[in-house]
Amino acid sequence: MKVLCNGKAQEIAPGTRVADCLRELGLEASSVVVECDGKILTREEYGSHVLQDGSVLELIRFVGGG
Amino acid sequence: MLLVNEKKVPFHPGMILADLVVGAQGGDADILLVNGYPATLQTVLADGDHCWLWTRGKAPSAEEMRHLLYARHSPGVQASLQEKVVGIMGLGGLGSLAAIALARMGIGSLLLVDYDVVEPTNLNRQQYFVEHIGQKKTAALRDILQRVNPHVSVTTIDRRLTEDDICVLFKDVHALVECFDDPAMKAAGLRAALHHLPGVFYVCASGLAGYGENNAIQTRRLYPGVYLVGDEVSGAAPGQGLMAARVGIAAHHQANQVVRLLLGAEKEAE
Repeated sequence: MKVLCNGKAQEIAPGTRVADCLRELGLEASSVVVECDGKILTREEYGSHVLQDGSVLELIRFVGGG
Repeated sequence: MLLVNEKKVPFHPGMILADLVVGAQGGDADILLVNGYPATLQTVLADGDHCWLWTRGKAPSAEEMRHLLYARHSPGVQASLQEKVVGIMGLGGLGSLAAIALARMGIGSLLLVDYDVVEPTNLNRQQYFVEHIGQKKTAALRDILQRVNPHVSVTTIDRRLTEDDICVLFKDVHALVECFDDPAMKAAGLRAALHHLPGVFYVCASGLAGYGENNAIQTRRLYPGVYLVGDEVSGAAPGQGLMAARVGIAAHHQANQVVRLLLGAEKEAE
């Protein structure tokens, strides 16, 4: 199945959770804000929210420095 | 009617600035501003102009100082900004500079939060001085801000923020500037703002390390009232340190974006 991740199609396995998807993309979950199908996820939902076929993800990734 | 050094003066057609100088400053005023812009004695005045006449080197009273600080701003901007409260999370390279810029522009109240002390390794980019080493950043920045603009109300909280704190501490500010160093707190701050701070303008930052291109630092709208500053890729890392100029570009993007939002300049984009 496929999800749309920042506008790009991404192949994922059924049952993939947001945290799994971030790991596959090589992203550190703690530094990413996730909008899934128009809803901003809480930090707890990264590990529980299961992606559906056609889900639209917007990822805002932060790098360190301030 | 003219406004001359904040006092009302009747306007007559054909008046030039020289007509005011004798009355206001005993004839020796040599700093002349009309509507926030330098003028000359021959500048022709229009009804409603805001004029500032000052003698170079003269020590101002507290009240004169308050007005002179903003004499080079466009008329009307100040009245709006001095009503506003802005929160700043993290008082490092971004936060210390954004705070100073906002104080210079006359934001009425600043709420500053950091848990750390000033270290020698901070001085390459943060706005502290050698004598602040070992002091809490909250206290050191308060000291600097008072010296820049004593009319800004500064509240400090010496604390390591959590996502839950942010929702509570900043619910009454008009705008919140995220200046954390830690990317996990940057993400936490944005989540907190999006979930719990509706109506608070939010300006965060990501990607400002090193000495990459100036113009790669951008201000991008993420959501209504929520903006991200930076190149979004240049993280602080071995071989790519945080340096004064690029951090400064980003901090001033943040400060200017806050002012734009507070003054309604982004209404169309919003």
